[in-house]
Amino acid sequence: MSSPALQTQLLSKRYRRVWALRDCSLTVAPGRVVALVGPNGAGKTTLLHAAAGLLTPTSGTVRVFAEVPGTPPALSTVAFVAQDKPLYDSFTVAQLVRMARGLNRQWDRALAARRLAALEIPLRRRAGRLSGGQQSQVAFTLAVAKRPRLLLLDEPLANLDPLARTDFMRELMGTVAANGTTVVLSSHAISDLVGTCDWLVVLNRGQVQVSGDIDELLGAHHALSGPAADRLPDTVAVITRTESGRQAHHLVRGTAPVADPRWTSRPVGLEELVLGYLREPDAAALPGPALTTIEGGG
Amino acid sequence: MISFYLDKGSGLPTYVQLVQQVKQALRLGLLRTGDQLPTASEVVDQLAINPNTVLKAYRELDREGLVVARPGQGTFVAQTLGDAPATAYRALRRDLTRCVRTAHAAGLDVEDIRAVFTAVMHETSRGQVA
Repeated sequence: MSSPALQTQLLSKRYRRVWALRDCSLTVAPGRVVALVGPNGAGKTTLLHAAAGLLTPTSGTVRVFAEVPGTPPALSTVAFVAQDKPLYDSFTVAQLVRMARGLNRQWDRALAARRLAALEIPLRRRAGRLSGGQQSQVAFTLAVAKRPRLLLLDEPLANLDPLARTDFMRELMGTVAANGTTVVLSSHAISDLVGTCDWLVVLNRGQVQVSGDIDELLGAHHALSGPAADRLPDTVAVITRTESGRQAHHLVRGTAPVADPRWTSRPVGLEELVLGYLREPDAAALPGPALTTIEGGG
Repeated sequence: MISFYLDKGSGLPTYVQLVQQVKQALRLGLLRTGDQLPTASEVVDQLAINPNTVLKAYRELDREGLVVARPGQGTFVAQTLGDAPATAYRALRRDLTRCVRTAHAAGLDVEDIRAVFTAVMHETSRGQVA
């Protein structure tokens, strides 16, 4: 079996007295497209920085394709696009492209040229003079043209308008289809992740709360409504429960036989699932040890 | 060639939607034995979805014997649908009629019955794909 694209074990990072990450253990199989979600300050950026080799963990380990982030073999396989200021402001786009070409062994010159032309990015303009959306697009182009095996994107959709978001996702999915690239992207725009990401990681308070295949997670969770006085069977785990009068509404994991017509069960969407877990930081949906190395798409 | 679409409000996983659309096309005769399905890249370009999702849908159809993947060439229709014998439809209709009459006799109204029916359909469709 090939090495995981990304693996952390009890990864922790402390900034002075604050733990940005605490005992994070997760495994991402090659070829996965991972949605990294969580509230502000949950540790998403810290996790991405650790995978990119931009920080030293306080404790625990992180590996990308079995290599230590920041070392030469890891640097040649990983591309990272930061959320803020992903480019050098005083360089023109043409200079940035030339620099990236010189710094990377496998540089896809045609791809970079085609994409920048399609986006109508002025090559002679300094990066600092581009719009926020254009800066994001240039940074993404440089990252993809590097032909990485693992692409780390911190809030890539934040600066883009709705049309640009769709185009961006199309481009990203095209890259995955063509090269089998593993992607980890953080985002607050959960609706943009539906259909594009196939693995969900929810970070909350510096810890991994959910890690799993999105289709499997959605298949395993239900919204269950019924009389507040009734007890739910033991076959379901309740993630959230709200009561309105005599009715109780639940987000549950597990299948509940709802023969009783006073109870209704319906499927949940990705956003509903994520919000449910974020409301209950103590609830968790994590794979058992045997499941942590499932092959992507296998 | 079939052209896929996405219904984000359906609550169904994307790969299930793709599987259902292929089956629907097979039932309606829009896809016939030997026809090629679009490649993962073509679907990705059209819908901006994860290529793994397309491959997952095709694997599911392959598992059911409806399509066959030929390495290096693509995925092709191996079998059509919609030849379910008319007797199967008639039997289902008869059974449902009996169920509805029993429920009416027990005091359930149309809304009650529809709620139970919907719940059962949800559960069984989820159960099939899980």
